Parts: sequence; structure tokens; C-alpha cells
Amino acid sequence: MALVSVKDLHKSFGELEVLKGIDLEIEAGEVVSIIGRSGSGKSTLLRCLNQLERHDWGTIHLADQRLDGGAMSPGELSQNVGMVFQSFNLFPHKTVIENVMLAPLVVKQTPRDEARRIAEQVLDKVGMLEKIDAYPAQLSGGQQQRVAIARALAMNPKVLLCDEVTSALDPELVGEVLRVLEDLAREGMTLILVTHEMKFARDVSHRVVFMHQGRIHESGDPQTLFTRPETPELSQFIASVL
Amino acid sequence: MTLDFSTLLPYTDVILEGLVTTLWLTVVTTAAGIALAILVAYVRDGSPTGTRAVISRLLGGYVEIVRNTPFIVQLFFLYFGLPALGVPISATAAALLAMILNLGAYTAEILRAGIDSTLKGQHEAARALGLSRRQSFRHVVLVPAFSRVYPSLISQCIIVMLGSAVVSQISVFDLTYAANFIQSRNFRGFEVYLVVTLIYLLLAVGLRLAFEFVGRRLFAFRQGGSS
Amino acid sequence: MTDFTLWDIVRNLLLAGRWTVVLSLIAFTGGAIVGLLLTLLRMGGLTPIRWLIRLYVDVFQGTPLLMQLFLAYFGAAVLGFDVSAWTAASVALTLFTSAFLCDIWRGCVEAVPSGQWQASRVLGLNYLQSMRHVILPQALRLAVPPTVGFSVQVIKGTALASVIGFVELTKAGTMLNNAAFAPFTIFALVALGYFILCYPLSRYARHLEKKLYGAGIR
Repeated sequence: MALVSVKDLHKSFGELEVLKGIDLEIEAGEVVSIIGRSGSGKSTLLRCLNQLERHDWGTIHLADQRLDGGAMSPGELSQNVGMVFQSFNLFPHKTVIENVMLAPLVVKQTPRDEARRIAEQVLDKVGMLEKIDAYPAQLSGGQQQRVAIARALAMNPKVLLCDEVTSALDPELVGEVLRVLEDLAREGMTLILVTHEMKFARDVSHRVVFMHQGRIHESGDPQTLFTRPETPELSQFIASVL
Repeated sequence: MTLDFSTLLPYTDVILEGLVTTLWLTVVTTAAGIALAILVAYVRDGSPTGTRAVISRLLGGYVEIVRNTPFIVQLFFLYFGLPALGVPISATAAALLAMILNLGAYTAEILRAGIDSTLKGQHEAARALGLSRRQSFRHVVLVPAFSRVYPSLISQCIIVMLGSAVVSQISVFDLTYAANFIQSRNFRGFEVYLVVTLIYLLLAVGLRLAFEFVGRRLFAFRQGGSS
Repeated sequence: MTDFTLWDIVRNLLLAGRWTVVLSLIAFTGGAIVGLLLTLLRMGGLTPIRWLIRLYVDVFQGTPLLMQLFLAYFGAAVLGFDVSAWTAASVALTLFTSAFLCDIWRGCVEAVPSGQWQASRVLGLNYLQSMRHVILPQALRLAVPPTVGFSVQVIKGTALASVIGFVELTKAGTMLNNAAFAPFTIFALVALGYFILCYPLSRYARHLEKKLYGAGIR
């Protein structure tokens, strides 16, 4: 049974239909990269998976539990699906460790000692243990993004959604964030990434999904997809980004 | 014309008493007014529905009434009007209530501007982490919003402190009342008011410095290094 | 209470309300003229003049308007004039208004990007020409919303003239209350009077601000 299963997902913004029926199944431990031009609906799909956007039609299941349509409270959702944003969105007035501890403390009501232990553990994982008391404004973009990853991991989610997590970074800082994601993938974390990093998509993900005009246009294992695209749209896209 | 300040000396303790009243009125008003403003801003935040929409509209009315009428009229309305409705109120209580309601309304509006300028990403991150509206307001939105509008907040608190001079008109023994009292005894109005005005000026400067001192500690997160 | 009908109260308040309007107009007009002069002097003047103007602004912004009224009233007496409440209130409110407007307008002039100054100086315009043709027209657009907004503070400020015996809306309210003893009604009506004067101005200021920022000027 798939960990995440999306059936016939539709979403419109006013007149504009952004998702025109998405079906997608993702196994536990799978790393899936979603690629496509801007406006193809890939970010919207990701944002529907943790209900930052409410879709108009279709269902999303996590394991055998319904996730959408208010079936899960925001608190339950965050313990199942974590999210990392393009612009980090760390809370500027909280230190690194406070950022990571916040949701466990107030949403899960984890005892403070336990929350701190978890926070230190995930910060260690992303290599940010030394910066525990720094404020976001004192960190580089790459460091902020690693903290943001730790913050999501602290809720111990089953799936981690990454929305163009390296797009806002200076080129020299991209590597440190991708390395953290690679480590997570190796540990068996289920990752769904919207990404422009084609090399990462090819080398790390188990599957690549190409979205075009609100639909999944093509999907498959990265080697095949990148070397032998079946559709002209995908070949054009690959040509334009490589 | 000669100025003679020596006749003020016997009244030092009167001025001191007035100063203490003005100070504590200001301190209590600042604390309670900001708390009230947070409450108002919380209820009015976002696009309220149902009961909250109704309360939100009422609070909007309260804010507009306070902002568009003089403080002295608000004070008279509470001090003279409430007892007429069968609600007895002392001069000090009326003064304090009027000041708190006044600062609360202005600060609610100031705070709202700060809250409105919260980046969308902050709300989304809070939601993705599972925080409720209340948790998100308290832990994510509030402090940065305050830090953004802090200069306006300082000015508003100073305006209310200076405005409190009016409470002398309902016989609250504040700094201005002390001045009026001395003036009625020694008939050196100009000298008395000059000295008291100077004290107000020093209070305003002191209040600003105190606020800035607190602000630097409260909002230390803004002084980032590299980024 | 029985001697006063509601209409008596309203009529008396309306009559006194005229003086609130007149005093507001005097204070605002006078304050605008003095404030403009101060702004220009502050932007272009010598350092000591700038310092003095800054002190002037800080003193008026850092002391109670009520004290300013008392000082105008008693200060004139010290100087040997016997001034009326009219004169004292007009002078104090004019100076008070000028200080605040000077501060608001200085902010607007400074908000015009420094590149505009440089560009006009490079084109050979002198200080006054740059000010007149380049800076002021841009500053003016920024200045209108907060200036309209401040007019509300002026109107509310005139209420304090009641304390030195100037009979305007608030003073009329207290006098009527002494005679009729209907404080709730009377002060609610007084408040309503101010609200009717101030609220449209507040709304208009907010509207102007939205328009300005909606146009993408910051």
C-alpha cells in the first residue's frame, strides 16, 4: 500500500484551472522530484499535500487515512507531513533552537526537556548544532534553510515536502542544503521535492514526475526520463534547463 | 517683567506628588493599553466570521470613536456620564479608564498595521507546523509585528502621557493639577507652568529613552549579522 | 433639567461648534504658514537655524498642549499684555500645529530619493530651483495624506482651549451640563459634534494614503 496516494486532484484559482486531475502514488522511503515549468502546477500540487491550498476535487490519503477535506486537524497534519519553503520562513524573533522547539512545544505539547532533546538531535542531523542560539538574521541562507529542515523534522513527519528549497540561495550555498536532503533520503525519509536542480533530481530521486499544464505529463525513473524523454514537451523542457 | 522662581520652592512636595501621579497613570496605562490593543487586534485579525465578525465591527466602532473625538470629551463623558447612568466612578478611575481606552484604540490601529505587514510565508510556515490561529498570532505574528511598529508605539505612549495633563480638569492630582494649585496660591502662573512644562519635556525624553532601552532588548533579533 | 429641551442643548452646542470650526481653521492656516516657513528654513538653512527649529519641534511635540495654552495665556500677562482667551488659544494652537506640520513635511521632503537632488544639481539647478521644480512637487504628493490626517488632531486640540475659558464646543458642553445636568446626553452630543467634523477627514486621509501607496510610491 502506498504511503501517499492522490486521486483525481483538481484545483482552480478563479477561472484558472491549475490542477486538472492528478493521480499519484508514493511509497514509503521514496524520493520523488516534481519538475516542470513555472505555472505547470507543481507547487500547487505540493501545497495541496499539506492542505496549505484546499483542492476543489479529489482525495489525498496518507497510509490508509484520509488527509484532506478537514479529515485531519492542522496539528495532526503537521505530524504527518512536514514542509520546507523556498524562502525558509524561519521566525525572525526566535533563535534557532526556539524555531525548532516551537511546534513540538505548542502543537504536540511535548515536555520542554524532551522537545529540547529532539531539537538538538535534528539540528545535529542538519549540522547546525553550533548555531543553536543564533537568530535567523545572523545566519546565511544555506544555514537558515538547514534550520528550516530541522524545524520540519522535529515534528517527526512521515513525508517531507520541499518547495524549491534551493531557489532562493546563492549558488555556493546550494550544496550544503542538498547534502542534507541526500542524507535524509539515504536514511529512508520519504521526500517529495519540487525542484529546479536537475542534477539532484537525476542523482538522488527514485522517480521524477514531469508536470505540464496542470497534469502529470510523464513520470518514471530518472535515468530513463532524462535520457529518453517520450514527449516533445519533456525533451524541450530538459533542453531548456540543462 | 521679571521672573521669580523662588516662590516655587515651598511647593516642591506638591510638584513631586503630582509627578508621581502622572508617572503611575502613565505606567499603568501603557501596560493595560497595550494589553487591550493586543486583544482588539487579535479579534479583528484576518477576515473574521460569525460572532467574531460582529464583535470585530463593534471594536472597529470603538477605535473610530476614540480616534475622532478629543480626549478631554472622552474623559468628561466617562467621569460625568457614568454616574448619571448609575455607575459611580472616582476621578482617578475615570482618568485611568479614559487613558487606557484611548491608548488601546490608537495602539490597536498601530498594531494592526504591523500585523498586516506580516509576510505570507510566516503564516504558511506556522500553518504547516500545525499552529492554530491563536498559537500563530501569539508565537509567530505578535512580536515581529510589535518590532515593526515600535517607533509609532513609543510616540503614541508619549502622546498619552502628555495628554494626561487633561485629567487635572476632573481634579486628579497630577502634575498639571499641582501647577494649577500652586498658581492659585502664589499667582506666579507663568513661572509655575514653565517649570512644569519642562518637567513634562524631561518625562517625554525619559519615556522615549526607557522605551528604546527596552526595545533594544526585546527586539534584539533584528540586529542580525550576515545574511 | 426640565428647563432644557434636547433642542435647546443641540442648538447651543451648534452655536458654540462654530467657534470650534473657526479656531480650527485659524490654527490650521496659521500653523501651515509658519510650518512651511520652518520646513524650508530647516531644509536649507544654516546649522544653528536647523538646530533651533529642531528644538522648537521637539519642545512642542514633547510637552502637553494644555501647558502650551497656559503658557501663552500667562506668558502674555508676564509680558504686560492682557490677552483674551481667543488670542492665547489661536497663538498656542498655531505654534503647536506648525511644529507638527514642520516635522511631517520635513519627513516628506526627505522621503524624496536623494538621486532626485543629485540629478537636479547635475542639471545646474540651484537649491531653490531644485526645491521648487523637482523636490517639492514630489514631496507634496507624499505630504497630503498625513497633513489631512493631522487636521483631525488640530480640531481635537481646540477642545483644550475650553480650559482657558474659550467658549467652543467642549466649554459649551460643560456650561450646559452645569445648568441642565444631563451629562450623558450632553457629552455624547459634544463627542458626536467632534466626530462629525473629524471622521470624514480621517476617512479622506486614509483614502488618500491608500491611493498614494496603491500607486506604488513609497
